[in-house]
Amino acid sequence: MENFTPYTSLAGGILLGISASILMYLNGRIAGISGMIGGILNNPSVTEKMWRLAFIVGLVAGAFVYNHFFPISIQAREGVTTPLLVVGGLLVGFGTSMGSGCTSGHGICGVSRFSLRSLTATAVFLVSGIVTVYVVKHMIGA
Amino acid sequence: MMSKILSALFAGSVFGVGLSLSAMVDPNKIINFLDITGHWDPSLLFVLGGAVMVTLVLYRFIFAQGKPVFDNDFQLPSVLKIDAKLLMGSSLFGIGWGLIGYCPGPVVASLGFGLEEPFIVVGSLLAGMLLHKVLVRA
Repeated sequence: MENFTPYTSLAGGILLGISASILMYLNGRIAGISGMIGGILNNPSVTEKMWRLAFIVGLVAGAFVYNHFFPISIQAREGVTTPLLVVGGLLVGFGTSMGSGCTSGHGICGVSRFSLRSLTATAVFLVSGIVTVYVVKHMIGA
Repeated sequence: MMSKILSALFAGSVFGVGLSLSAMVDPNKIINFLDITGHWDPSLLFVLGGAVMVTLVLYRFIFAQGKPVFDNDFQLPSVLKIDAKLLMGSSLFGIGWGLIGYCPGPVVASLGFGLEEPFIVVGSLLAGMLLHKVLVRA
C-alpha cells in the first residue's frame, strides 16, 4: 500500500461532513461542488449565484490558508500532458452535468440521505474510475 | 442574502481545509486509490467514510428542525429515478476522474496552490459543462 494516511483522511472527511451539515443547517442546500459551479453558470437568480460563489471562494481560501501553514507537497506526475488534462477536465465537467453530481453531491450528501440515485451514481463513477486507471496504467502503460 | 453568503463562505472554507487535511487535493492520491491492482492507497475510503458518517447523523437532526436557519425550506433533488443520463454522466465523470485524478472539489480547491494543472482542468471542466448545456438545448 502506498502512503496510506488513515487518520488525517478520516479527520479531513469529518470536516467535509461538518461543512455539508453547516450548509444544510443554515442554508438548506446540498454541498455539491459540480452543482454549485453549474449554478454559478446557469442560475438566473443573483442570490443563488452569490452563495455558490461564496462557497467556492471559501473552498479556495480554506485550502490556500491550510497550505500556507502546512505545505502540501504534490509530486509532479509523468505522462500527464496538457491534452490529457483538457480531455479529463472536459469529461469531468460534461459527466457531472449530465449525471447531476460528483463526489461531494452524490458521494457525500446523497449517500448520507440513502438516495438510491446517488448510491448508484457513486458506484458507477467509482467503478468507471477504477477501470480507467486499470486500462491506463496496466494495459496501455504497462 | 448576506447571512446566506457568509454561511456559504464559512462552509466552503471548512470544506477546503477538509480536502487539504485529507490530501484529496493531491491527484496522485486519487490515482493510487483507484489503482486497486497496483499500489493501492485506501485513504479516500476513509475520507468518504468519515464524511458520510458525520453527514448521515447530523442531517437527521437538521431535517428534524423542519427548515433551515436562513431559508424557508431544504432544497433536495426532486428527481428520483435512475435514468440513462445518470448512468452515462457518472460513467463519463469516472473516466475523466481516472484519467487525471481530479474531481470538481479538489481541483477548484487547488487553484490557490500556484500550480498550472488545476487551471487547465478547471477551464476544461467549465467548457465541458457549457458543452453539455448547449447539447441539451439543441
